[in-house]
Amino acid sequence: MQFTKKITLIGTSMVLALSMTTAKSESILVQSTTSTKNSGLYDYILPKIKADTGITVNVVAVGTGQAIKNAMRCDGDVLLVHAKSAEEKFVNDGYGVKRSNLMYNDFIIAGPAADPADVSGSNDVSASLNKIAAKQALFASRGDDSGTHKAEKKLWKAAGTDPSKSSGSWYRETGSGMGATLNAAVGMGAYVMSDRASWTKFANKGDFKILVEGDKRLFNQYGVILVNKAKCPTVNVSAGQKFIDWLLSSKGQSTIASYKVKGDQLFFPNAK
Amino acid sequence: MITEAFSEAFRLISSGDSDLYEILELSIQVGSSSLLISMLLGLPLGTVLAISRFPAKQLAVTTLNSLMGMPPVVVGLLVYLLLSRSGPLGVLGLLYTPTAMVIAQVVLITPIIAALTYQVIDDLHNEYQDLFKSLNIPLPKAIGTYLIDARYSLITTVLAGFGRAISEVGAVIIVGGNIDHLTRVMTTTIAFETSKGELSVALALGIILLTLALIINAFVTLLKAFAVRNAYA
Amino acid sequence: MPNQNTNNVVEITSHASSHSQGIQLKSLNLTLNNNLLLNNINTVIPEKGITMLMGPNGAGKSLLLKCLHGLLNPDAGTLIFNAKNKPLAETKQAMVFQRATLLRRSVIQNLSFSAPKTTTQQELLFWLDKIQLTGKQNLPARLLSGGEQQRLSLARALINQPELLFLDEPTASLDPGSTHILESIIKEASDNGVKIIFITHDIGQAKRLSSDVIFLHKGRIIEHTDAQQFFTTTRSAEAKSFLAGEILL
Repeated sequence: MQFTKKITLIGTSMVLALSMTTAKSESILVQSTTSTKNSGLYDYILPKIKADTGITVNVVAVGTGQAIKNAMRCDGDVLLVHAKSAEEKFVNDGYGVKRSNLMYNDFIIAGPAADPADVSGSNDVSASLNKIAAKQALFASRGDDSGTHKAEKKLWKAAGTDPSKSSGSWYRETGSGMGATLNAAVGMGAYVMSDRASWTKFANKGDFKILVEGDKRLFNQYGVILVNKAKCPTVNVSAGQKFIDWLLSSKGQSTIASYKVKGDQLFFPNAK
Repeated sequence: MITEAFSEAFRLISSGDSDLYEILELSIQVGSSSLLISMLLGLPLGTVLAISRFPAKQLAVTTLNSLMGMPPVVVGLLVYLLLSRSGPLGVLGLLYTPTAMVIAQVVLITPIIAALTYQVIDDLHNEYQDLFKSLNIPLPKAIGTYLIDARYSLITTVLAGFGRAISEVGAVIIVGGNIDHLTRVMTTTIAFETSKGELSVALALGIILLTLALIINAFVTLLKAFAVRNAYA
Repeated sequence: MPNQNTNNVVEITSHASSHSQGIQLKSLNLTLNNNLLLNNINTVIPEKGITMLMGPNGAGKSLLLKCLHGLLNPDAGTLIFNAKNKPLAETKQAMVFQRATLLRRSVIQNLSFSAPKTTTQQELLFWLDKIQLTGKQNLPARLLSGGEQQRLSLARALINQPELLFLDEPTASLDPGSTHILESIIKEASDNGVKIIFITHDIGQAKRLSSDVIFLHKGRIIEHTDAQQFFTTTRSAEAKSFLAGEILL
């Protein structure tokens, strides 16, 4: 008797599990980034989207590079990342329909209270990076081809320094998402570049503070793209487009603006 | 931080936190489904391997034992490529679903069940073989007898498989995507909370998971003790 | 009919082994790991009574028993149960091993495991009573003492009403009480027509039970004679030494 009950329970679980896969008609898959997810934005806006459109939005959060590759493999309906040139290439190569500006925030450089490279209070990111390199102070990089990582590499290039030669000594490439990299940075006492949203929401700051901010070059633009049905026949075009339309609508944009953590607005809508 | 974590764990459980219970439920569902399928595959495989004789048998046994040690993250990657929309089984649309997680875990656990079953049945086969020949016991009855007489060892094997399933994270996070309310289980939540720096929450969840593992192991120990006391009666 | 042998070992036989009825062993050879362990075994085992296999350790007694029972395949030779006019393999046989192999379940479940499907609960309890295990039927069988386990093995063997019963030193290292119970059941079975082939090291036991004795040494039959003759007027030198308690090299 007990055996039959067990089998029924397990069987039901299996059926439930299987049935979860078939509720696809009003659900979409969004390939997005760890930075965005860790900020908590999705937890805030997705229930509202569901209420307004009836669409269940499932978000897979990986590094931008991986998100783009996943979308190219058709494992997603919508791409929402923050690497403009890579996004434009995605569209130009035919994988995406159209790229739209969604929102922006900025990057910051956080570091230990000890601040060995003495960059605190600076709003010149090039000078700060060069000071860090000169001092050979520990710096934790995403190292994962993500939007944040691409932005970081651009900034090093603009500063005229190539830190990759020092990879493994003072330049530590974690190859991980934003949260894991922040944990590693705090653990090592290393400077780290992060999007402001992730940093604000991060709960393991130790004695770290924002040391460098405000430089125009730290601007971080997010874009949203519908995956192209021509390349990926399984894309849920109607629901995907509805989702994008909501985000770009005035309601969507104001909802994004209203997301605050500890009183700070983390994302600034700029869909125009 | 540890004491914080313990009280947080207690608070989570006693408050009936719905997110937590949703995650726990999915963990157990995925774990038990994986286990059931792995048993259906692994028990016969291990048994047949134990009682057969063929030239490449030693190679087969060695291969099976090595498959026990497959890194979960590698399995996750392989299953991901298989289930990806652009992959061979993409049409099934199984990626980022609990089913995908079950598939990955079945790949991981079946070798464990099969290899441990093989060891248990092989021992019994060596012990009973002459007797069964003497009594003219036909093969199906012999197999049934091995499974029944090995019941305590097999239960232990099965529980070991379950323990491995619910504590695994490398495979399920790749094929499941750790999607909120869809494919988020205990282990992926712990990873996620850790990545947000929410170490107390992560630790609390870890304590709950450990407690579950402890309960399973306590049960296994009691079962073993009972079996030994009765010479496996 | 006198036995043939290819070497100059004189095989001593008596009319016990020259029946054309009985179990005929013809030119039996067994090689394992490139060692010739049974060498040209030729004899006839009488269809009635208790035949003892005796000899020093390593003589091949267990191997011969296993060949007879079908657990080992000889490289060459034939086994025919002449009295029944069929190959030995087609007779109903049972074996009691040196160490009892019991299943991991209760006493009575072990008994019913291989018993005929038509066996009633009463018959099972009857057998348990015969081996003096009444009241222990629901105990885990492997918790029984050595003697009790062996008694159970014997009951398990006999409940199927075999025509042939093989026993490989069943009472070695058992308490006298169990030995006595086992011996009386075996004697009773023999009286009821079961052919018994028995290996023992216990000379007293051999004297108590045997009708005829096959003496083996280094894989050959040295002597096959009536029991009484074997113990009183032993012919072969090897058997004489053995019975005198000497180590046979």
